[in-house]
Order: sequence, then C-alpha cells, then structure tokens
Amino acid sequence: MGLGFTIKTIGTLVELLIPYILSHILENVIGRKVSDILLWGGLMVVCAGVACILNVTANRMAAKVSKNFAENMRKDLFIKTLRLSAAQTDKFTIPSLESRITTDTYNVHNFINMMQRMGVRAPILLIGGVGITLFMDAKLSLVMIALLPVIFVTVAFVRARGIPLYTRVQQAVDGMIRVVREDAQGIRVIKALSKTEYEHRRYDDVNKTLVANEVRAGIIMGSVNPLMTVFMNAGSVAVIALGAVFISHGTSKPETVIAFMQYFTQISMAMMAVTRMFVMYTKSSASAKRIEEVLLSEEDISVKSKSEYADKDTSAHIVFDRVTFSYNGRRDNLKDISFKLNRGEHLGIIGATGSGKSTLVKLLLRFYDVVEGNIYINGENIKTIEKPELYAKFGVAQQHDFLYADTIEENIKFGRDISSDDVRRAARIAQADDFISDFADGYNHLLSPHGTNISGGQKQRVLISRALAANPEILILDDSSSALDYKTDSALRKALADNMQNTTVITVAQRVSSVKDCDLIIVLDEGAVIGMGTHDELISSCNEYKEISDSQLGGAFVE
Amino acid sequence: MSNFNKKQVKSKDVKGIFKRLCRYIFSYWYLFILAVIFTLLSNQLSLLGPKFSGDAIDALAAAGGVNFDVVWTNTAKMLMCYLASAVMSYVLSVTMIFMSQKIVYTMRRQLFEKLTSLPVGYFDTHPTGDIISHISYDIDTINSTLSHDLVQIMSSVYIVVGSIVFMWNISKPLVSVFLITVPASVIFTRYRAKKVRPLFSKRSKKLGELNGYAEEMLSGCRSIQAYSREEEIGRRFNERNTDSMNAYYIADYYGCMIGPTVSFINNLSISLVMMLGGIMYMLSQNGIAVVGSLFFITLGGVAQFVQYSRKFAGPISEFANIFSELQSAFSAAERVFRILDEHPETPDSDDAVSLDNVEGEVKFREVEFGYTPDKTILKGIDFTAAPGKSIAIVGPTGAGKTTIINLLMRFYDISKGEITVDGRESREYTRKSLREAYTMVLQDTWLFKGTIFENIAYGKEGATIEEVKAAAKAARIDSYIEGLPDGYDSVLTDDGVNISKGQRQLITIARAMISNSQMLILDEATSNVDSRTEIKIQEAMGELMRGRTCFIIAHRLSTIQNADLILVIKDGKIAEQGTHQELLDSKGFYSTLYNSQFS
Repeated sequence: MGLGFTIKTIGTLVELLIPYILSHILENVIGRKVSDILLWGGLMVVCAGVACILNVTANRMAAKVSKNFAENMRKDLFIKTLRLSAAQTDKFTIPSLESRITTDTYNVHNFINMMQRMGVRAPILLIGGVGITLFMDAKLSLVMIALLPVIFVTVAFVRARGIPLYTRVQQAVDGMIRVVREDAQGIRVIKALSKTEYEHRRYDDVNKTLVANEVRAGIIMGSVNPLMTVFMNAGSVAVIALGAVFISHGTSKPETVIAFMQYFTQISMAMMAVTRMFVMYTKSSASAKRIEEVLLSEEDISVKSKSEYADKDTSAHIVFDRVTFSYNGRRDNLKDISFKLNRGEHLGIIGATGSGKSTLVKLLLRFYDVVEGNIYINGENIKTIEKPELYAKFGVAQQHDFLYADTIEENIKFGRDISSDDVRRAARIAQADDFISDFADGYNHLLSPHGTNISGGQKQRVLISRALAANPEILILDDSSSALDYKTDSALRKALADNMQNTTVITVAQRVSSVKDCDLIIVLDEGAVIGMGTHDELISSCNEYKEISDSQLGGAFVE
Repeated sequence: MSNFNKKQVKSKDVKGIFKRLCRYIFSYWYLFILAVIFTLLSNQLSLLGPKFSGDAIDALAAAGGVNFDVVWTNTAKMLMCYLASAVMSYVLSVTMIFMSQKIVYTMRRQLFEKLTSLPVGYFDTHPTGDIISHISYDIDTINSTLSHDLVQIMSSVYIVVGSIVFMWNISKPLVSVFLITVPASVIFTRYRAKKVRPLFSKRSKKLGELNGYAEEMLSGCRSIQAYSREEEIGRRFNERNTDSMNAYYIADYYGCMIGPTVSFINNLSISLVMMLGGIMYMLSQNGIAVVGSLFFITLGGVAQFVQYSRKFAGPISEFANIFSELQSAFSAAERVFRILDEHPETPDSDDAVSLDNVEGEVKFREVEFGYTPDKTILKGIDFTAAPGKSIAIVGPTGAGKTTIINLLMRFYDISKGEITVDGRESREYTRKSLREAYTMVLQDTWLFKGTIFENIAYGKEGATIEEVKAAAKAARIDSYIEGLPDGYDSVLTDDGVNISKGQRQLITIARAMISNSQMLILDEATSNVDSRTEIKIQEAMGELMRGRTCFIIAHRLSTIQNADLILVIKDGKIAEQGTHQELLDSKGFYSTLYNSQFS
C-alpha cells in the first residue's frame, strides 16, 4: 500500500505541475520565442504522459489492495458466520447474515477502492492550498479558520444522523431479502394457494420500507454537498469583503487578494472531493459496523477448563447426569435427564412431537449448553473438549440436515478426507448403494440445491451414508430413516449392527420398529423421561410406550 | 427440470439495454425534466458567481482606491447566486433520489412479480442466493448510477457544450485541436468499453454465484458444525470468493486505465492549445495575422481559451471516471432484464371461466408431458377420478408422481392430450380458480416469518381467529400453540429453535385445513410426526377427505389399501390401475411389490 500511495502522490504532483507550467507560459514565455513555447508545451505533454502512467499503475495497485482486503474480510466473515452458535444465528437471522456477507462487504470494498483513488489528490490540494494561503496572507486566511468549526459541526451532525439511517437501510435490505428468500423456497405453496397477489403485497411492504429508508438517508446525505458549497463560497465572499477592507487600510494589495482567491477556489474544490468521500464513508461505516458485529460476537459456547468441569470416573461411553435445559429460560424443554451408555450400545429415543428428543441430541452435540447437570463422553465433560475433537467423534444424520448442489460422492464426503472405498462402504450400510448405482453416472450424479432431485427416502440414505462414512465413535440418527419403508429400515438396522460394532448409536425415531432392538430406550414426554429400559421392559412397564407400539401404522410401503 | 438457462434474449445489445433503461427514466418524465431544469439553473448560477466575483475583484484594484459600492453589490450578488445555486443543487439531488427510488422500486416490484409468475421449476434450477443477488446487488448498482451518475452526465454535457460555444467565439482554429482529441477520446473509450464490458458482466455473474453458494451453505450451517467442516467449507467458499474478487479486480484493472488515459488526452489537448495559441499570438503580434482574421488572437484570448479548455476537460475526465460504474450498471441491468424476459406461466386465455361449485371430477386423457421438449416424462396417462373418490398414486422415485401433481395444479401445461375438471378442459379455467379448487399438503413444511396465526390464516383470505383455532384443533396442534407464551401471536423464525419439524408440519396441515376446497392433493407425510399424533391427523384427514376428490402420493400401505383407485406409475406410464384387490389379483408389478413386504 505504501508504494501505491507514493506512486499516486508522485503522479498527482506531476499532474498538478501542468497548470503551473500553463501559467508560466502565459506569464513569461508567450510572445518570446516559438521554440520556447514548444519546449514548455512539450514538457506539459511529458508531464501528462508520466502522470497517466503513474496514475494507472497506482489505480491498479489500489484495486489489488482493496480486492485483497475485501476478499479476506469476506472469508473471515463467512467462516465466523459458520461458527456462530445456534442462538447467535437466530439472533442475527440468516437473511441478515447473508446480506452482511454480500452487500455490506461490497459497500466496504467499494469505499476502500474509491478512497485510495480519490483520497490522495484532494488532501494534497487541500493541504497545499491552505499552506500557501497561510504563507501569502495570514489575516485573510482567518476566514478559513473561521469556516473550520462550521464545517466540522456539519460533518459531525450529518455523520451522527447518517450512520443510523444507513444502518436502517441495511436492515430494510435484510427484510427484503427475507421475503425473496422465503418465497423462492415456498413457491409451490404460494402458487397452490393462489397467494401470489398476497406475496406481491408483502413484498411491496418491504420494498416500500427500503425505498423510504433510502430516500430518508439520501435526503440527509444529499444536503452535505450543497451545504459545503455554500460554506466555501461564503468564505470566498468573505475573502473579497475583508480584502476590500484590508486594501483600503493599506494592509493588503489587490494582487494578493486575487491570487488568494485563486487558491481559495482550489481549496473549495478539494473540500468538495473530501466531502464526497465523507458521504461514502458514512454509508460504508454503517456496513462496516454490521460486519464487525458478527466478527466480534463472542463465542458463547467456549471450551472450559478441566479444573472447572472435572472428569468423571466411569467406564461408560456417554453419560447424561441430571441434565436440564431450556431454550428461553421460561419453560424447561428437558428436565432432569440421566442415563449411561456403553461403547457399542444402541440407544433409542422416542416420544411425541415436541417432547424434546432432538433437543437432547443438540445438547450432546453442544449446539447449546445445558442449564443444569453434566454430559460426559469417555468420562470427559463435553464442555472441556475442543470442538474439532468433539465433533470428530460424531456422525450425525439430523432432521434439518442438508444436501447441496454437488455430486452424491461429494455430499457423502462432505469435504472430509474420505476415500471412495469408504464412501461406497458407508453407502452400502446405509442401503444407498443400489439406487446410487442405478444412476447412469453413479456416485458422480449431481444433486440440485437441497437435493430436490432425489426422493425423501433417498435423501435420508445419502445423509446416513454421510454420517457413517468417517467411521464415527458415536452415530446419531435423528429421525433420519422415517421415509424408508420397513424392509429398507430393517435392512439398515441389521447392516449397522453387523458392521459398526464399535460405534455407539443413538436413534431418535417416531416409530417403535426403529428402536425396538436397542439396548436402551428412553421415552420422553414434555421434556421428561417417562420410561426407560428395553423394548420388552417398556411394553410391560410404560403405558405410553405400549400405546405408541400398538398404534403404529404401517411404515412406508413404497417410497 | 426445464432448461431455464437458455438465453431468451440477446441482451448483449447495449443499445437495447440503454433504451430500456431510458424507458424507465421517461416514465417519470416530469421528474426528469425537473432534474434537467435544475441542472441547467444550478450550473448557470454557479457560472455567474465567478463573473460577479471578477467584477468585485476588479473594483478592489480600481484606480483611486477600492470602490466599496461595487464590492458590496457584487459580493451580495455572489452570495445570492451561490445560495440559490446550492438550493437548486439540493433540490436537484432530492429530485434525483426520488426519481431513482421510484425507478428502483418499480424494477424491484416488476422483478419480484415476474419471479412469482415463473414456473415453479425455475426455483429448482436457480439457487436462491443468485435470485437474491439480482434483486439486491444488481438493482443497487443500477440505483447508484441513476441517482449519482446521471446528474454528473447531464451537467458534464451542459458544461462541455457551453465551453465549446465560448471557445468557438474566441478562436475557431484552436477549437480544431479538439476535433482531433475528442474523437480520440471517444474511440479509445469505445474500444476499451468493448473489451471491458464482458469483464463487468462476468463480475456480476460471479457475485451471483458466490451469493448462491453462501446462501446454500448458511442454510446448512448446523450440519457443517456437527461435522466440524467450517474450515473446509470456508475454503471452498473462498475459492468462489477469490473467483468473484478476481473478476472484480480484472474488470477494475482494465477499467481504471480509462480515467487517467482520458485525462492524458485532455492534458494533451491543453498543451496543444497552448502551443498553437502561443504561435498564433506571436503571429498576431508580428502582424502576420491581422485583427479580425481567422488566426488573430490576443493574450487575453489565449488565457481565456486555456481556461475554458480546462473547464471543458474536467467533465470529460469525470465522465471517463464514472465509465466503469456505467459498465457495471449496464451489466446489472442486463441481468435484471434477462429475468424480466423469462417466459412466465402461460397466461389465462381471454375467455377463461372461473371454476365454481366444484363437483370434483377429474379426467386425464392421453396426457403427454415433458419439462423440456426433448424429454418426455409422462406418456399416455389416462384415468378418471370420480367426484369424492380417493386416488392413490404409487410408484418408484422418478416415475413421474410429482409431475402429475404439477399438472393437476397447472404448474405446467401438458404438451398433448387433455385434462378435464368437471367436464371442461382445465386450461379453459382461470388458473386462480383452478388452484383454489384444490387444497394441497406437501412434505416440505414451508412457513414464513410471522405469527402462527398469520401462517395458518395464509390458507384462506380473511380467516378469523376462530377459524384458525378450529383448523389448529383439527390438526391437533392447538394445545401446543396455546402452551406458548404468546399463543397464536408467537413469531416463527428461520431456524425456529423452539419448534420441531413435526410441529411445523402440523401447522402446515392446519393451514391446508382452513382452505377447505373440494379437491385435495396430499403428498403423504412419511416422517416427523409421532404415531399418536399421526393417528389424530389421519382421523382429521379422513374427515377432510370425506366427500372430496383426493389425490395422494401414497407411501403407507393403509392409505393405499383404502384408496378407491390406485395408479401405479412406472417410467412415466400408468403400469396398472385399479383397487387394491384388483391389482393383487392381476399379479402384476403391484402384487410383486406387495408380496415383497412379507418376504
């Protein structure tokens, strides 16, 4: 950046020479010798050429600098966004995070780029002009000093008003993005219900809000330029008026005032350029703040010390010790959950919709921290395990899991260093190999975004393959085989039992058939354990379990 | 899905884009004319200022001391001029903000309405993030050009024309210098533009791709965490990020030489003017060029001409500087227009009638359909759904089950054959009334940010709280909702921490229940709801199905067994149709499938 700055400065200075050569020719050279005119004229051309080359070079360097800056900022922002806890993502909301990664970063990028291009010439003209005028006539330059506080107050005022206005513009952008995003995802429902006109109105609301906010910000920021022009021109009027007084008192000369005026005009022009940068600065600093908010948000789920959360002396693989949890602090979503699971055992969790099954899994994955109690894996409190180490233990196929636009193989690998053989082995256990091999391009078959081009049951099997592929210590199947027919589901269970003996499996399910062979089954209701044991034990001891078991409807007959 | 990427317009044509943009501007012609007037006035006033200041300065140096009267009057005039000019320029910028915001508002609205009119397949083939990028970034880019650059261009034109007139009056031969340099600038800029424009298009495109990727990955944020893939996904994001930034940089790299080069040409003109002017002055001094002749010029004339050349050069450089912004605005406009030119769902025919008092009889006759002309998905589909009967659609994945639903709802139009509803070809009905005749329950649980009330009431225009409560009760979600602190006013968020997928599904079922149409389309839910709740839903559904024609993409044996008609779809054809017993007796595909369950 230093080099680019120097080049730009030299380029600017060379370019500024041109008007001086001009006035030199007009005052001293013209009318003497044609060869002199050509000589000085030629010098101007040389200056122009040098300035051009230097400016292009400097602009290119500036483009590089701002590109590198924005690239890194966006990358950091994206990774940080991925690391946000679930609670933080909820707070920022996804549309807002998205617009921070895209439009806010873009605003800052633009500013830095423009700043480097315009930010050299104007200050040189400004400082140079002020210096020369001070030297020329200190009394007249009092005018400028008198102007300073006025300009300063205006700038401070507009800035104070402008940043919140632009913040609101960006918030309105978030709101607009939300509607577009929701509608793109729900287009079938919208069309089926003939709700397009309703959605047009809904969009119209956010569109109007955005426009209103932009107009408001524009009206305030648009005043900066005219105000500055008035101040600077009032200054020039004051110079003439004061000049008139000083000349009549004999303390100044007309030539001085005339020259002073010339420089004052130059200062005004420079001032206007600075003002323009200031407007851009205000806009981009609203965006920068929004980026900063994300970058500086503290990790709310941090790794704790072992002295604070001691190990537990146990041979069990997973231990839940009196765990209680609430999302909002008002109602307990899980109450006093305790159980132990040995390595290689299978745990089934069953219960009504909203009973807290998935919450239990989220706590084990430490997406949220328990409110009371402790969770141990291999005797270590999960709060003390480094995140990569913790997550490396798991293979998870979740309710909200996602597939993305890439090959099936890549969706199973999910960016991990897993061999093709392992991918195929996992797919075989997950009962996915058959349908994948049926595609003409097999594992290289491309999925569309969110995997909309394969069926629900196929999606689930790809997700289970993903969970299995790295041979995890703990496998979590969170309602992830519900779209499979009985035959496939039971084949999956059997393959898991045969091939993954060393893996502890936690299955969250709606139907008894998916959990009935588990070593331990937990029945949840409204966040509390109402039954725990094997299938046979629960059938006799737990009414609700028996009821669920009896009520089971047929599973999927066909996909 | 269909090939939407096919370009419908050759919008590379810059003139076309420019004309279309102008149409937007001219639809607010009164604001535009206002803007032109204010541009002229404010520029004219700001040009008058220096004249008064010149007079005032002359009075400072007047023989016999300062002429205070002249100084005061002129400074007062100056002050008035500048104030008036500032007010004008403020009014101008506010006008421009209003105008550009009106245009941007219209464009966004058109774009959004266009998007909602596109066939549903568009959204399967275009990443949401890319769509968002059109409606935010692309339109923003157009906006900044409209609100800032347009004024700049107008005042540039004014100053250039004005200066040329003055210069012409001073010395015609000197103007000839510009006959060389101005075309040189124009040719250079056009030549660069040709090279640079594709770079700017690429820059918009890459940014769209980046947004698409960011959107997709953010929606899978929790899974990425569960697998500790932040670094790797971050790395892949950054590949696209680098791509997009490089596209930006390269466009900049070539774009940013235009400004300084045009400045150079300007400076060159000034130097030439100076040299030529100097020589002409000397000729005039020596009496070779006599007063009144073409080449005669005074020293003051040279000085003034140089002054005007500099004034003239300013806007031209300025114009070259905003050149790259114009380029990116053009490529953004091109992207926006391309969506606006996409083919929407075919509009209702003029004599389309409203489908009222629905009986619920649906017939497919020799229906043939493909999302693209070259690939037929359904062939010779032939069946009759009698009013009030339930039709189970069964078959392997990819056989065309969802496509049948798409055709029933007229998300797409068939290529051959006909579909009749109550004895009339379905294309003869208005799409709205046809769709309203169906209630549809899909597997994906789409909810928007809003209260639970709003989400359920979405199914019926003007639904009351009582109706919503009744629907929630029928869907067995009422006790859960009433248990929430804010009840029906609880706001649902994106990730919805406190609401499970099962509950989301129940809410969408409640939404379907409230709409209460004569025909039902059900993509049988195979997951997310526990068995106890499911029995209740089955009961409620049974109630809902009674007396209605139902099309069910069925997965469960119980549903299939109870259906009045089973359509077994295989490879885009109806392989078998009949009741459960009939199909078992015929010992075809269905019976093989059925028996394999018990093997």
